[in-house]
Amino acid sequence: MELPIYLDNNATTPLDPRVLEAMLPYFTNKFGNAASRNHAFGWVAEEGVDYAREQVAKLIGCTDKEIIFTSGATEADNLGIKGVYEMYQDKGNHIITATTEHKAVLDACKHLEKLGAKVTYLQVKADGLIDLQELEAAMTEQTILVTIMYGNNEIGVIQPIKEISAIAHKHGALFMTDATQAVGKIPVDVNADGIDLMAFSAHKMYGPKGVGALYVRRKNPRVKVTAQIDGGGHERGMRSGTLNVPGIVGLGKACELCRLEMDEEAKRLSALRDKLEGALSQMEESYVNGNTEHRLPHVANISFKYVEGEGLMMSMKDLAVSSGSACTSASLEPSYVLKSLGLSDDLAHSSIRFGLGRFTTEEEIDFAIEHTKAAVNHLRELSPLWEMFKEGIDLSKIEWAEH
Amino acid sequence: MAYSEKVMEHYTNPRNVGTLNKDNKNVGTGLVGAPECGDVMRLQIEVDDNNVITDAKFKTFGCGSAIASSSLATEWLKGKTVDEALAIDNMDIVEELALPPVKIHCSVLAEDAIKSAINDYRVKNGMEPIAMPKSHH
Repeated sequence: MELPIYLDNNATTPLDPRVLEAMLPYFTNKFGNAASRNHAFGWVAEEGVDYAREQVAKLIGCTDKEIIFTSGATEADNLGIKGVYEMYQDKGNHIITATTEHKAVLDACKHLEKLGAKVTYLQVKADGLIDLQELEAAMTEQTILVTIMYGNNEIGVIQPIKEISAIAHKHGALFMTDATQAVGKIPVDVNADGIDLMAFSAHKMYGPKGVGALYVRRKNPRVKVTAQIDGGGHERGMRSGTLNVPGIVGLGKACELCRLEMDEEAKRLSALRDKLEGALSQMEESYVNGNTEHRLPHVANISFKYVEGEGLMMSMKDLAVSSGSACTSASLEPSYVLKSLGLSDDLAHSSIRFGLGRFTTEEEIDFAIEHTKAAVNHLRELSPLWEMFKEGIDLSKIEWAEH
Repeated sequence: MAYSEKVMEHYTNPRNVGTLNKDNKNVGTGLVGAPECGDVMRLQIEVDDNNVITDAKFKTFGCGSAIASSSLATEWLKGKTVDEALAIDNMDIVEELALPPVKIHCSVLAEDAIKSAINDYRVKNGMEPIAMPKSHH
């Protein structure tokens, strides 16, 4: 077992060697521009792209013509949201999203607000899921787009996508989802789920960084987005720019591997995650964040009360994890996602996200459990809050100095 | 962001972790920060009849830099007179630990904790509290 152990697979995943192998020829002898129509170099590159497009389409149950390759999920989110707004703004200017979305979605919506869009940011319940009745109540005749993420990047909760898309469609709006954390991890089928647009990325599913895709529905209804990058008219005019052929080939291969191995892998990962979470949540004053029933198989987000997340990560130097606490500014803002669940700031500051992946082993999980326990105990020995809690002092009654 | 070696050293081997009896007249306790801000420091000093700090203890809830700042502060306090302790400036801590700009507030909190502990001691012993520095936050 090599240290440190990587348990931050929601941030990015390592490239699968099989994906790398598929990509390599497209860096060297198959280097052609996929848009070169007049010679074999171009045809070979185009073949690689076409094949990848089919591999991607097969994973999410769409046709190859519905895939627009982008530089990643952030660009796909931007293209989907801004592109729909620009294309359909004569029909309405209202967009509905949620407070726990990724910044790529939230900031694209904020950008549109400056251009005249009205955006509703749905609050989530304490378990991280949106309230369908609130969504229904928020729909207006002006609503052109509902965009709600599939699986959350911090806590892993899976939104009721089918129900959400049904509500959107009932009111004549399109439904988009940022499925960056879900595609390749759990079954996602754009037809069964009623998805009109979907953003996702290769590097969250053992593919390379710098490539992703936007699914854009072509039938029932035919959806169009206004291009956000103009140029040579690639990707049916929706996203210009020379295709990243090796990256696209890598995305395709990554999708194929996920499709073939998903069932078994999801079972293996959820068993390991449950082992980790079970052991750590048995510790005194530790809390699992988010709904544990509707959840991605590989994520656990746990708050260890009375210790601060960043300090804790420093103690867990043999584990690469992520914290909801960012002690990097005077304002010390904890995770907005955890705060949206109604977590108090101190519990949000005390959270650690464990993201398991394809290369995580049981031995590593056993080590992570012991290492985390030791770090939490060590920091609690250092924590004045833990001492006060143990003495039975009610911390909420203390007048903390203005800070 | 990488931590400096000195921060790591204090963080890994924190000095003077613990608790003094806050009810003793010769013990001053400073509790600064707030849980919702992600850092709370408790710093305590024990002062002898000659106004010399004979012992100092801390406990801190916070990031590595906050823990290192308070650990360093207790190390510096021991053996100093109360007046000398008042002269410790947060920038001394910044320099010693090579704290980056985003972590300067940790040193400010440590300076606040020192002054707050001294004030607690002064008030307990019938002296006027000194003016607390303006919070840098």
